[in-house]
Amino acid sequence: MSDGHGHDHGHDHDHGHDHDHDEPVEGALPAAALRTRAIESLLVEKGVLTAEAVARGVDWLVSRTPTNGARIVARAWVDPAYKQRLLADAKVAAGELGIDAAQSVTVVALENTAAVHHLVVCTLCSCYPRALLGPPPAWYKSNAYRSRAVVEPRAVMAEFGTELPAEVEVRVVDSTADIRYIVVPRRPAGTDGWSEEQLAAIVTRDSLVGVVQPVAGEPVAV
Amino acid sequence: MPLIHDRGGLPDDRPIDRAEHELEDWELTADALMQALTGGGVMTVDELRRGVESMERWRYEHASYYDRWITSIEKVLVEKGVLNGAEIDRRVAELGA
Repeated sequence: MSDGHGHDHGHDHDHGHDHDHDEPVEGALPAAALRTRAIESLLVEKGVLTAEAVARGVDWLVSRTPTNGARIVARAWVDPAYKQRLLADAKVAAGELGIDAAQSVTVVALENTAAVHHLVVCTLCSCYPRALLGPPPAWYKSNAYRSRAVVEPRAVMAEFGTELPAEVEVRVVDSTADIRYIVVPRRPAGTDGWSEEQLAAIVTRDSLVGVVQPVAGEPVAV
Repeated sequence: MPLIHDRGGLPDDRPIDRAEHELEDWELTADALMQALTGGGVMTVDELRRGVESMERWRYEHASYYDRWITSIEKVLVEKGVLNGAEIDRRVAELGA
């Protein structure tokens, strides 16, 4: 290793954790749950945090869903002027729809076209426009996605059922702590005359990351 | 060799596990703790990242996402003297009893 930790990490560890599995299993370690509870209780006891502040954090997190991103995309599909504002400043555009992204870092909207398709990854961690879309899906945080998306994006997308024509350029965008991305997918054919609400209903979370494209299907009643 | 968190382009022939994972209560709490700690000026997101990125390689590889977070939060809070390791261990033992 060259990261200066100074000792080789071999096979002689005794850290008391089961590590037979290859890929982290989300939520599978009760030890981490216990440490979380212990740290929370000590921080509250010492007055570093209040229980209310922690509860507000949970409320904030669960209030954020991909529905917000879907509304933004649907508006952009029906309103070209809005789309331009979205591409110029996604946080301001979100605010127009009453979606508060004020505490987010910069969010950039990337428009897919007939010529260019965007795929978002965070190779270093899990950076994601949480204020707009909620917590990232587990696969987005997986080591396999983070490693592979930048070298074989088409193979990764194929696992999600997405096949793009060879002439479409695939641009992989790597998120950072300071800039997050939201994909504006192409409006599918067969959606002429759909309402904004009907359009929003087909904009899935995964299409906002770029691993899939919205499909028209039948308009749902909304 | 890149640092442990720098995954882009690392050889990996595993398929993407597309199973959905609903966040468990403790995971929501870990996230909320971090929000409250940053909001209160106790620690920063960059400190969280540094704590995650300096995890031992095998721990990083096998820890779940929020396990990495709480590991980093603990490390940073102990470094800052906000908490000490012994009292955390004691509290873990009490809660786990």
